[in-house]
Amino acid sequence: MNRFSYVRAAGVAEAVREGSARQVRFLAGGTNLVDLMKENVERPQRLVDINRLPLHKIDDLEGGGLRLGALVTNADTAYDPRVERRYPLLASAILAGASPQLRNAATNGGNLNQRTRCYYFYDPATACNKRQPGSGCGAIGGVNRIHAILGASDQCIATHPSDMCVALAALDAQVRVTGPDADRVIAFSEYHRLPGDQPWRDNDLRPGELVTAIDLPAEDFSSHYTYLKLRDRLSYAFALVSVAVAMRLDGERITEVRVALGGVAHKPWRSPVAESGLAGEKASQANFLAAAHVLTEGAVGQGGNDFKIELARRAIVRALKQAANGTPQSQTDKRVF
Amino acid sequence: MDTRVFGGTSQAGAAQSSEAIGISLVINGRRRDFVIEPWVTLLDLLREQEHLTGTKKGCDHGQCGACTVLVDGKRINSCLALAVARDGAQVTTIEGLACEGLAEGHGLHPLQQAFVDHDALQCGYCTPGQICSAQGLINEGHARSRDEVRESMSGNLCRCGAYTNIAAAVMEVLEKADTR
Ligand SMILES: Cc1cc2nc3c(=O)[nH]c(=O)nc-3n(C[C@H](O)[C@H](O)[C@H](O)COP(=O)(O)OP(=O)(O)OC[C@H]3O[C@@H](n4cnc5c(N)ncnc54)[C@H](O)[C@@H]3O)c2cc1C
Ligand code: SF4
Ligand code: FES
Ligand code: FES
Repeated sequence: MNRFSYVRAAGVAEAVREGSARQVRFLAGGTNLVDLMKENVERPQRLVDINRLPLHKIDDLEGGGLRLGALVTNADTAYDPRVERRYPLLASAILAGASPQLRNAATNGGNLNQRTRCYYFYDPATACNKRQPGSGCGAIGGVNRIHAILGASDQCIATHPSDMCVALAALDAQVRVTGPDADRVIAFSEYHRLPGDQPWRDNDLRPGELVTAIDLPAEDFSSHYTYLKLRDRLSYAFALVSVAVAMRLDGERITEVRVALGGVAHKPWRSPVAESGLAGEKASQANFLAAAHVLTEGAVGQGGNDFKIELARRAIVRALKQAANGTPQSQTDKRVF
Repeated sequence: MDTRVFGGTSQAGAAQSSEAIGISLVINGRRRDFVIEPWVTLLDLLREQEHLTGTKKGCDHGQCGACTVLVDGKRINSCLALAVARDGAQVTTIEGLACEGLAEGHGLHPLQQAFVDHDALQCGYCTPGQICSAQGLINEGHARSRDEVRESMSGNLCRCGAYTNIAAAVMEVLEKADTR
């Protein structure tokens, strides 16, 4: 780890002021930042410890939504009775990620802002446009089993590794941000971005901006949902492909459905066309398959990850079926028949 | 506003004292004061300054669980925790659990005894982390069935593959804790 100075911010205004300087990082749970500092990928001159800021609560919103404080841990969020009851999709996605120890330390704000697990990004001896703009991309033409099939650019084919964010995307969450200029509310679909020709930017956050909370709208998807995560081992591994489905049914007909994919792009992937195409239709295998094709339209393999295209389609169909049947993926019995 | 700035003028590699920060922790029930650099992890502090070498360094990247300790009763990976950020916390390591066992007159902590009884280790390198993790699991109260225990212990790798017996040992203590 490089040497750095440390300040413990006592208030949000102080954190923003400190955080606006160059080469500064906010420290939350540290489970991603400290790891990247040990690898010399992150080399901040100064850490602003935000753990004492008053962002540790989950509050009910007027009208039925929920506000998740940025510093609430992933574990406390997943096991909050209101989240379990009203947003089981979110609880399920969080519990599919990392390990109990990590979820006890990891925070909601940190989860949103965690960086890619691309092997080349993690290895300063290799070329990586995200870590070192202009140096090239080691993953293109390299080992790219875990990389993106959708929305990639010729500069970067990294994926966003979060499980939690896939559920937040499906739930149309909003990210509350404060910063040197003004407070902002960012729609979840606008928060993370595609790599384009600026792959070093993971999201829409500007220098000094701090995530203060994540808002969940009041909609009820607690009967028909699933978070299906496929990976190389059953636990404690990042997703190769994951699917979050939130659905409402009227008899056999779908009234509304949201599908978000993880592990396939630089951000959680949704397709408004696929979702509106399912609305009003029967919850059938044929319709699910059609939606899977729309969702993966334009998917391109990079060699090592070609398998993800078919895997994603099958996972989408499977997840839609589970949601329609009201049988969410168990996080302990993970057999997929 | 209370603005505590530590090591304000940062000079990479400058004399250590310029960055050093005073913190205090309660480690295994005893208050301990430290003046440490902000880059010292809780794991390194425990092992190198407190000589509590029961907590192991496996990967140093959050990938194995060998460094698991309890902070304010919750299990975390001490290799990814900066000690300065944990100022004021209560830390329990395997040595602390062992002392609890002694104090209660068992000699060993119930989890230690169960690991012995079930032959839940071979080389033993992962064991302190497994036991601290299991204590965290019991404190959390979410896991009941054997499948749930296996899932909830998935943050602790065992290179010797003693998983079957580890799950049995944890189940035994969990069931006793339930009927208490
Ligand atoms: C071995 C391992 C396995 C893992 N497996 C999974 C997995 O399967 N699924 C998954 O989803 N995740 C996984 N994770 C990642 C884990 O979820 C993240 O490390 C964690 O969520 C980050 O949260 P944190 O509070 O520790 O963030 P930190 O490490 O403290 O911060 C991460 C980044 O976010 C910034 N940041 C933090 N809080 C804020 C804020 N409020 N506003 C603005 N910026 C902020 C920091 O400056 C930093 O750049 C894994 C991690 C490890 C080490
Ligand atoms: S895929 Fe992105 S993160 Fe990975 S090496 Fe290429 S530029 Fe870097
Ligand atoms: S040493 Fe901390 S998880 Fe491996
Ligand atoms: S007993 Fe050897 S690593 Fe677990």
